[in-house]
Amino acid sequence: MKPGRVIGRVVCTQKYPTFKGERFLLVQPTDWQQNDVGEPIVATDSVGSGAGEFIFYVESREAAVALGEKAPPSDASICGIIDGVDMDETL
Amino acid sequence: MKFARVVGNVVATRKEEKVRGRKFMVIQPVNLEMEPSGDVMVAVDAVGAGVGELILFATGSTARQTHLTENRPTDCVIMAIVDLVDIDGESAYDKSSEEKAASAKARQGSK
Repeated sequence: MKPGRVIGRVVCTQKYPTFKGERFLLVQPTDWQQNDVGEPIVATDSVGSGAGEFIFYVESREAAVALGEKAPPSDASICGIIDGVDMDETL
Repeated sequence: MKFARVVGNVVATRKEEKVRGRKFMVIQPVNLEMEPSGDVMVAVDAVGAGVGELILFATGSTARQTHLTENRPTDCVIMAIVDLVDIDGESAYDKSSEEKAASAKARQGSK
């Protein structure tokens, strides 16, 4: 899983049928200090995150698992909204 | 998923039996400014996308999560056609305004 920030949304009327009811959000990948890293990606959302929130997402085939049994062809899915990170920088 | 523009299609008479009957599109990945970003790829189309459209594609083993690609040798699938992109509440892409601009340009060209 990797950290990122929700920066927007993508609307698609025509999408593969198993995506019914799912939202597509724009995610800017970040490091754990919330600095931007690389190009934004589009991810499905299973936790109800909103614009500006610090989240973590899962990539590849596991992203489909996050969306339940129908397992749509999603290769990135938001799995959690981060409230805070405790990290020992000395380690 | 990432954004790409459909730029063409591939015709292959001789191909793996399992991918027979699939529509292969040539896609150019783009960034949020709609500029080309990265190499052109071939993707199986699962939503009926046309040349010129902005689409979303999924790569890797995820690409096999459709009835068209299940258990078939595929690693890239078009799974949505983009209508709108909003960034921080502001519109970054709108398909309808793009279509209007294209038809206005076509009308101008025919005059």
